[in-house]
Amino acid sequence: MKNRWIKLIGFFTIVTMLTGCDPLLVLDPKGPQAEVQAKDIMLSIGIMSFIVLIVFVILAYMLFKYRASKQSPDYKPPYIEGSTLVEVICVGIPVLIVIYLSVVSVDSNYKVESTPEKYEHEEPLIIYAATSNWKWHFSYPEENIETVNYLYIPVERPIEFKLYSYGPITSFWIPQLGGQKYAMADMLNTLHLAADYPGEYMGRNANFNGKGFTENTFNVTAVHQDEYDEWVNDVKDTAETLTEEKFDTLLEPGHVGQSTFNGTHLMFLPPPVHVGEEVEAAISEDDESQQNKN
Amino acid sequence: MDYFERFAIPHPSPAIYASMVAIGFTVIALIFVLTYFKLWGYLWREWLTTVDHKKIGIMYLISAIVMLFRGGADAIMMRAQMAVPNNTLLDAQHYNEIFTTHGTVMIIFMAMPFIMAFMNFIVPLQIGARDVAFPRLNALSFWLFFMGAMLLNISFVIGGSPDAGWTNYFPLADNEFSPSVGTNYYLFALQISGLGTLMTGINMIVTILRMRAPGMTLMKMPMFTWSAFIANVIIVFAFPVLTVALTMGTFDRLFATKFFTTTDGGMDMLWANFFWVWGHPEVYILILPAFGIYSEIISTFSKRNLYGYKSMVGSMVIISFLSFLVWTHHFFTMGQGALTNSIFSITTMAIAVPTGVKIFNWLFTLWKGNIEFTTPMLYSMLFIPTFTIGGVTGVMLGMSAADYQYHNTMFLVAHFHMVIIPGVVFAMLAGLHYYWPKMFGFMLNEKIGKITAWVIAIGTLLTFMPMFFSGLDGQARRMYTYTESTGFGIWNMISFIGAIGFTIGFMLIVYNVYYSIRYSPRNIGMDPWDARTLEWATPNPVPFYNFAKQPHVNSVETFWDSKNNGHELFPEPYEDIHMPSNSGMPFILACIFFAWGFSFVFSMWIPAILSTIGIFICMALRSLEKDPGYYVTVKEIKETEKKLRGVQ
Repeated sequence: MKNRWIKLIGFFTIVTMLTGCDPLLVLDPKGPQAEVQAKDIMLSIGIMSFIVLIVFVILAYMLFKYRASKQSPDYKPPYIEGSTLVEVICVGIPVLIVIYLSVVSVDSNYKVESTPEKYEHEEPLIIYAATSNWKWHFSYPEENIETVNYLYIPVERPIEFKLYSYGPITSFWIPQLGGQKYAMADMLNTLHLAADYPGEYMGRNANFNGKGFTENTFNVTAVHQDEYDEWVNDVKDTAETLTEEKFDTLLEPGHVGQSTFNGTHLMFLPPPVHVGEEVEAAISEDDESQQNKN
Repeated sequence: MDYFERFAIPHPSPAIYASMVAIGFTVIALIFVLTYFKLWGYLWREWLTTVDHKKIGIMYLISAIVMLFRGGADAIMMRAQMAVPNNTLLDAQHYNEIFTTHGTVMIIFMAMPFIMAFMNFIVPLQIGARDVAFPRLNALSFWLFFMGAMLLNISFVIGGSPDAGWTNYFPLADNEFSPSVGTNYYLFALQISGLGTLMTGINMIVTILRMRAPGMTLMKMPMFTWSAFIANVIIVFAFPVLTVALTMGTFDRLFATKFFTTTDGGMDMLWANFFWVWGHPEVYILILPAFGIYSEIISTFSKRNLYGYKSMVGSMVIISFLSFLVWTHHFFTMGQGALTNSIFSITTMAIAVPTGVKIFNWLFTLWKGNIEFTTPMLYSMLFIPTFTIGGVTGVMLGMSAADYQYHNTMFLVAHFHMVIIPGVVFAMLAGLHYYWPKMFGFMLNEKIGKITAWVIAIGTLLTFMPMFFSGLDGQARRMYTYTESTGFGIWNMISFIGAIGFTIGFMLIVYNVYYSIRYSPRNIGMDPWDARTLEWATPNPVPFYNFAKQPHVNSVETFWDSKNNGHELFPEPYEDIHMPSNSGMPFILACIFFAWGFSFVFSMWIPAILSTIGIFICMALRSLEKDPGYYVTVKEIKETEKKLRGVQ
């Protein structure tokens, strides 16, 4: 019996050691949005563990105290209808917890759906991220360059990803910078992210889109603004120009590796015009602010 | 020859060829056995044409168990493929087909028939009825479900399996991205079995509302009947949505309409919305009857009445209402904005409240009880902690901002397995042990049963707990492999070990059935569990007319009262019993439906038109047929009862 416990403890130590070195990606945020989400996750894990614990304790108590082997053989359990007070407690406490979590959830919703507070005064970088089976096309309209299957982003600056798809629904996800959002054929979605620290991050399509789904990934490199500018200039000097024919061949199903181009496909193949709710709001805000300026 | 090329598998492998051979041999062996032992007549008279709710229940049960093994085989293949990094056991296409089949089979063709089995078998007995309201419709329901299941199951040897996920999201499932006939199989298999489910829904509602024994008011119905009633109300509201969505999908694929396409004005998220408007209530269709079974078992083996009966009923009504208001939480990441997400986030978390009430009521049913650890009770007691873990992670997923990180990951996979397996599968296994004597007249072995329960519970935790971690570490669901540098290896290895545990558990169940058939005593009497509700007031196994005399009900636990508080259960004298007669029509009609579905899957228009005509002819024949049923005389009843009960 003792032996078994030692083995069990040993097993769990190994498991924690093996995995303990690297924290789980989602709980190791490198951007403000991922931080909001990681905080929510840890908070809810805390509260939920408490509830699980209560259920376990009550269950253990009931099973221990009222098991048949502990009662006298002629024990007849009473008839108990139920009590209003107990029901009120059983409803009341969960309702309070749900209200609290709702407040947190609603607050976080508005946070992750807008430019990160920290970098509100910085000018956002707009990147169009489109998928085709099974690739990512990233267009930088300001810089007039385009990359395939990799991203270069400046740190400490808000980034607005405009998501859409040349095919099935996909989902743009960089776990350490923030949660995912869908890219669809008939709608343009906006995802607000930002990176706090330079580094290499894993990005992928998280929504199943057929045979090449598993390899539908991209690399994200976050660098300081000056390095980023350097990279942009470098691309402008060396990369070939993206033509319509070239883009058409890129759209064909398959895996193509990474590549870089001068110019974007937005010129000859504009993104969907129908925009998601929050994009519409942003546009109308822009209009208003411009009118105010005028 | 070109005509037959369509039946070829687009992506064959040795395993599929081996399955073809195995299926061929099984069919030949079955035909041989049936012929050699001259069982064709028995099969036709006693099973294929039966309208007896108990036999239909048993056929549902057998189908569910067979499908459990089919879906389980898929699961173990997936876990084996994922056990180590860069594994090449399966390629991407096979993996996609396998997880699609696994999900579809487990939800539609395993969990659904399992609850249908218990609803069919138990509900009429619990309310003191002799059959369901429409016995022949009930047979049709079963055979439609069965043919739907068969249609999906032949897909992997004829024409190719569906491969767009069990959610079958368009536009991925459209011709452009899924050119094989697999998705057609999915659409027609679900359509045909869904028709059967909808009919059951109507049938059960009418049965429960109209056929209760004298004295059984709505608030004196046993909890399982209540749960079945509410589940069937949800069926009637939810399944038409699926029917419409499947029809639109079928039109997109076969007749080039543009409902869900990426171009020409199609809306690519429309399918997902329809699917989950049905799909979320579907979860509660599965879990409410499971909760009903737990309520019966926990009360029986605590030797106490169910705590908080009224709040149990109330919470189910609230759950059924809320289940229609949360579908958007399956795609918080669609981009519907913070306001919409907030609303659905709150409705989602709100479901935790009535569910929590149920958990606490079960805990308080144990209070002051006299708890006996039988196998069904052990499953129920293992259900509470494991389901609580699954349930609270559901609240976590309901927080929409955080869901952006959980969505489409193994965290989600872990969550829904941790609710469905303890919630539904444990309940079905508990119900299987609990009602086995009622169905077959002998008990399953308790010792093997208890070992099995522990093995399966530990298997559940080992398989699915690691997925919470790998999900948070960035492992998306439906990936067929991963590299070593991701660090997912250890989690998936533990999962694989857990899956082996599951396999051992299910093998033990088979062994238990075999062992109990051979060695279990047959003279167990009417009431082996010292139970409380009306279904136990009949002999085991139950005679075809259920109750020899009309029972009279005084309370929720009328059988208990008749044993302990002097309630007179059968005050009426014997009377002739009116019974429905058997009919081959449901089976034949369902066979034609199978041909109909198969023809559409392969776009074979002439057989499709012929079978459509056949369906209408069958319906017309049924409408013109006069079937008065038949009477069982008092003399016959007395003889049967004497044989079954020994004395009386």
